[in-house]
Amino acid sequence: MPAELTEAADGIKQPGPLLEFWHYFRENRGSVAGLVVICIVVLAAILADLIAPYGPAEQFREHFLAPPVWMEGGSWQFVLGTDAVGRDILSRIIHGSRFSLVIGLIVVSLSLAAGVVIGLVAGFFRGWTETMIMRLMDIILAMPSLLLAIVIVAILGPGLVNAMIAVAITYLPHYVRLTRASVIAETSRDYVVASRVAGAGLGRLMFVTVLPNCMAPLIVQATLGFSNAILDAAALGFLGLGAQPPTPEWGTMLADAREFVLRAWWVVTFPGLAILITVLAFNLMGDGLRDALDPKLKRS
Amino acid sequence: MSAAPGAAGPVLRAESLVRSYKISRGMLRPPAELQALRGVSFGLDTGHTLAVVGESGCGKSTLARLVTMIEPPTSGRLLIDGHDPAEGPATRRRLREAVQIVFQDPYGSLNPRQKVASILGEPLLINRRMSAAERREAVAAMMAQVGLRPEQAQRYPHMFSGGQRQRVAVARALMLNPRIVVLDEPVSALDLSIQAQILNLLVELQDRYRLAYLFISHNLSVVRHFAEAVLVMYLGRVVEHGGREAVFASPQHPYTRALLSASPTADPARRGRRIKLVGELPSPLHPPPGCPFNPRCPLANERCRIETPPLQQLNGRLVACHAVEEGRAD
Amino acid sequence: MALLEIRGLTVEFRTTLGPLRAVDGLDLDVEKGEIVGIVGESGSGKSVAMLAVMGLLPRTTTITAERLAFDGADLLSLSTRRRRALTGKAMAMIFQEPMTSLNPCFTVGFQIVEGLRQHEGGSRRALRARAVELLEKVGIPAPEERLGAFPHQLSGGMSQRVMIAMAIACNPQLLIADEPTTALDVTIQAQILDLLVELQRERGMALVLITHDMGVVAETAHRVSVQYAGQQVELREVKALFADPRHPYTAALLEALPERSSGRLLPTIKGVVPGLRDRPPGCLFEPRCRLATAHCRAVPPPLAPAGDALARCHYPLFEGLPQNHPGTAERAS
Repeated sequence: MPAELTEAADGIKQPGPLLEFWHYFRENRGSVAGLVVICIVVLAAILADLIAPYGPAEQFREHFLAPPVWMEGGSWQFVLGTDAVGRDILSRIIHGSRFSLVIGLIVVSLSLAAGVVIGLVAGFFRGWTETMIMRLMDIILAMPSLLLAIVIVAILGPGLVNAMIAVAITYLPHYVRLTRASVIAETSRDYVVASRVAGAGLGRLMFVTVLPNCMAPLIVQATLGFSNAILDAAALGFLGLGAQPPTPEWGTMLADAREFVLRAWWVVTFPGLAILITVLAFNLMGDGLRDALDPKLKRS
Repeated sequence: MSAAPGAAGPVLRAESLVRSYKISRGMLRPPAELQALRGVSFGLDTGHTLAVVGESGCGKSTLARLVTMIEPPTSGRLLIDGHDPAEGPATRRRLREAVQIVFQDPYGSLNPRQKVASILGEPLLINRRMSAAERREAVAAMMAQVGLRPEQAQRYPHMFSGGQRQRVAVARALMLNPRIVVLDEPVSALDLSIQAQILNLLVELQDRYRLAYLFISHNLSVVRHFAEAVLVMYLGRVVEHGGREAVFASPQHPYTRALLSASPTADPARRGRRIKLVGELPSPLHPPPGCPFNPRCPLANERCRIETPPLQQLNGRLVACHAVEEGRAD
Repeated sequence: MALLEIRGLTVEFRTTLGPLRAVDGLDLDVEKGEIVGIVGESGSGKSVAMLAVMGLLPRTTTITAERLAFDGADLLSLSTRRRRALTGKAMAMIFQEPMTSLNPCFTVGFQIVEGLRQHEGGSRRALRARAVELLEKVGIPAPEERLGAFPHQLSGGMSQRVMIAMAIACNPQLLIADEPTTALDVTIQAQILDLLVELQRERGMALVLITHDMGVVAETAHRVSVQYAGQQVELREVKALFADPRHPYTAALLEALPERSSGRLLPTIKGVVPGLRDRPPGCLFEPRCRLATAHCRAVPPPLAPAGDALARCHYPLFEGLPQNHPGTAERAS
């Protein structure tokens, strides 16, 4: 990089933001492991049709509750066994990853987008507007999130889409509070005042000047929220309020398998493990992101 | 506007500016009133520099916020180019271009997520109808003026040293061809060797564009070098206002004297000869009655504790002090 | 024997870009009852060197020295426990930001008593009486009442006085003040400097004053060490330093002071302090020095005696003229 070197006389030279981010992120081994697992899950979701041995709803009537391959009676035909109606569990888990990721993505996007806008409004218009918004958020926070989601689903009717909306609403306050706090911290900084002196209007100040500087904590919260969303959607599915059978959603799979817990443990265990591993991976990565993005935690 | 704006009189005139803030003291008690500025008047001519000197809580930052129209005065009048920004939003928008600001901390005053090109282009994007190419050209021209290289336009602020950031901040302030630039401690966060570079840049730009500077600083040696007139403030009031030579060579107000003698000078021979001020700045929430300086003043008497001295022409400058007026100050 | 002996102190930090040498071979003796000023710009390593002496740097830092001794005791070989007993008792330090140096959760009195208990012990009443006495000593009005005050109730000047009270609580032989007045107003700065000098004189303490402000050094220090990019460039008695600087960097810094210039434009030092990547092979000041020669570019100068000073320059200045400089003959003609 000869160009880099000639510019060195220019003053303080720092590595690019991406490189610096990677340097801090890399230090946390758990988060790198989380990232790897997430990559595998994403790949599985994208390539589900290619790598899954069978279709998610394909039934094999001669193989009800076949055990996994390493157990007596298991075969390579069904690596993780089959469920009560003869569907291959491995194929269903692979296809189910699509639902879980899409659920996470939509729930997080919904609550992030709404939360950021409400938070910006609360941070910029202090006074009554702010008080109203924040008290409303406090009320949402005061209710157990799953209970609130169940109430909302009960009003909207069961189904995957309504479950996602319900979960998104329960996570709204986190984003609103985070955004508002960062906005209030940022608006007192000189560059915002300079923008105002240059004549910037409210919209420009909110979305162009301030918002990009508030993103770091929001990204972390969104990553952690991803795992919560998957978990809550699975819980709603388990209660029969989310995705409806025969959708291969992990929570719904668990619910279907309830009655076989004692006879065929694999029917419950593998979807459960899939949820556990994915959620853990997102949490680990979120921790690493926080370390890398939060300037307060940065070590020199 | 066909009438030559501000042909007669200074480009910036402040008339009895007052700014007070309501400080909430909880739900049940009435809010307290903090008077940050208590009637400040001055004029500033095109191409000249007026320094505002004082310690924390004296109101100099509030003054900067009023002059840059970030906040309106509670009472009093601000005339920029002969126009009052309170006339209406259209006037205010037009005048806003005429007054820009450079902040103390070059690390906080530049948006960390914007490249230099977009930091400098933003004022044009908002206020001018210009094509992207014209904007780029204007930005490049201004960067050359402040001593930045063209390829630095594509960098983020964190890639620059403090001095270079301050150059960017100065360039941003000049993008709209302002007539007045408020310099809020522009060099106090910089290293000594860089400080001289930035001061020189400001002097050159002033000569080139006939800028009027309102220079806020607590560093008296910089003020003495840089400004033609000095305004000394204490607790929201002007205590002394005059030409540089008058104020520095023969300071009249006891506070100006103490301030001058307290500032360290790089001369070991001058050691140990300073006026010691007792006590600290009173809280602006509870200013003392009478002269605001009376609790710390070595010359204070009964009159000073009751009657607030007016700012009056004495010994070739404006001073607000009973002792000077009565000839007790020598 | 000097109270504090530093020989060849080098401090390195690990960074993303490789090791950063913040202090490069510092030699400094501090005698009993003396005020030594350390001046330099940001990045000159002035604070880091003293933090290393106090043992306050993080463990990841590499600290090496030929000798680092306090009152004859070798600090590098001292056990952690013995060293901690020394830090805060025989040597103490105060910092730039008095507001953040005090713990906001506890009252002033509690924090002072805590320090006293650690190092001296005694009954609660005796400790309290000592605390009142200390606050009185540093010029805090109504000290009895102030014991119950929380740090946020104090102004910057008052907080710095409290910090000083805590620092001198155990009668230290050495007080290190790191930019003690930078965050304070001019009139308060004068009060705090006076207080420090008065305490130093009264107790015969050694005082190391770290600052970037030439004025503060001129008014308080006896001897001055000028630092540049981690290195000491000049070590000198204060009056002589300001009258006739030996190193071109010191000279240029003094010229750049607004109060010393007469013209509308100030003399400047071009460029910036070298960073991690562009450290020159020869003299560190060479890229910015108006007297630099090929010799300066190639060979790093040692810290060598030059008249009454130690200066790290091949061509030290005498009355503003470089000695043995190849260009001086031409310039004179």
